[in-house]
Amino acid sequence: MEAYTKKIREAAQRLLAEKKVDGVIGFRQGTIPMMSEPVFIRHVDQVNQLVWNSFCGVNLANYLVKRKDRVAVVAKGCDSRNIVLQIQENQFQRQQIYILGAPCHGMVDRRKVWAFLQGREPVQVTENGSQLQVSGKGFDEVLPRQEFLQENCRICTHRNPVLYDELLGEEVPEQSDVDRYEDVRRVEAMTPEERWRHFEDLLAPCIRCYACRNACPMCYCPTCFVDESRPQWVGKTLDATDTRTFHLLRAFHLAGRCTDCGACERACPMNIPVRQLTKKLEKDVKALYGYEAGLVVEGRPPLDTYRPDDPQDFIK
Amino acid sequence: MNSWEPKIIAFLCNWCSYGAADLAGVSRLPYPANIRVIRVPCSGRINPKFILAALRHGADGVWVSGCHPGDCHYIEGNYYARRKFALLKNFLEYTGIEPGRLHFSWISSAEASKFAETAREVVEAVRSVGPARHFIKTKPMWDDVEAPVNAACQAEVG
Ligand code: SF4
Ligand code: SF4
Ligand code: SF4
Repeated sequence: MEAYTKKIREAAQRLLAEKKVDGVIGFRQGTIPMMSEPVFIRHVDQVNQLVWNSFCGVNLANYLVKRKDRVAVVAKGCDSRNIVLQIQENQFQRQQIYILGAPCHGMVDRRKVWAFLQGREPVQVTENGSQLQVSGKGFDEVLPRQEFLQENCRICTHRNPVLYDELLGEEVPEQSDVDRYEDVRRVEAMTPEERWRHFEDLLAPCIRCYACRNACPMCYCPTCFVDESRPQWVGKTLDATDTRTFHLLRAFHLAGRCTDCGACERACPMNIPVRQLTKKLEKDVKALYGYEAGLVVEGRPPLDTYRPDDPQDFIK
Repeated sequence: MNSWEPKIIAFLCNWCSYGAADLAGVSRLPYPANIRVIRVPCSGRINPKFILAALRHGADGVWVSGCHPGDCHYIEGNYYARRKFALLKNFLEYTGIEPGRLHFSWISSAEASKFAETAREVVEAVRSVGPARHFIKTKPMWDDVEAPVNAACQAEVG
């Protein structure tokens, strides 16, 4: 994966020198291991900050909404699908964005590595093909990358960018034998009361920091419903009913738009698996309307269109 | 004796179901008094927020009724609504709302008897799942948290 670093720098250098773009959005090394951070490069003499590794899980499409300038952006499979959706939703013109497509091998979940280390502090984490080398004071571990992937990457079926101007490497084989909805089905099989309690427990640690919303490239309303006050749809308290209302509406706003990029879950400081909500909607949109978000620019999103014979057995 | 009566918020489209409710009244067709009607311009106007707001304000059930497909006053509002409701109903039920609480129907302004009949069905369905407590705040939260903490601190300092 780190092989992309060179390619990204070359492309950034070229695009900036030729004045094809005003900036390049990519990643640079973070201040602690396993935390690569987004960076906006404007000058050719900064391109060496750009890196690529297994910790670039942040969805960079988040920085494209309503842009007026021309930028290049590094996009994994999921990021590219969010870009497709943003184009559909008129957030910018296709020609403003130069997409450096990164066929993706899945991103590593730093929390899984931390959990494995059981309190030992990683000082350096490097990768070597399918292995992660984690070292710190008095230890040196070699971990199989595959087993430390983010949950959404484990079941990702669109690792290759669906839209790009150039690819940073060979396309990767797509995973085809994954079960995307195992957890959703498990919840569906419960009784209503069990389901309510399941989500009560799941959401209980939420501190309503809205990081999940802010990290999502599809959450860009100028005024979020949580900030509306006349009428006020969601209370400001940490009461379970307010938290639940926030989560239900947030997820519903992603219906037919979520690409399961995992940026929300990744950003959550309380480790809440919020994708369990969005995935249900993803599953239903696929089953009812045969639609998967962000694969093609043409056509309308599923909630912005209809067929006269759409299913309606739930209507009296 | 249980005196609880279900309270149901009905969002009725001005151009059809609202007319049907009116006609049912004029025709003296009886239907239960548990329904509180809110008139909306189109079933397409219904936002999921409205449905949650109804539950948060103490409704035990929500009923949305609009024009039959093809009859929308705004040509296609109810077609969009249908997709939204299909997903929303599944989704709310997935998170633990009982299936008997949310109801959707197509009722034209001529169908007074369908209106009265559906109203009875909705009320009975909601009655059978009982009062909705899901979205009702029950605790003054900080008192709950603070009281034991304060007590513990007090105990420590003597
Ligand atoms: S969701 Fe897919 S494309 Fe996105 S980071 Fe994970 S594996 Fe890569
Ligand atoms: S809801 Fe989460 S997984 Fe879905 S697009 Fe937004 S950040 Fe990505
Ligand atoms: S990021 Fe986590 S804690 Fe913050 S609002 Fe979202 S779910 Fe709650």
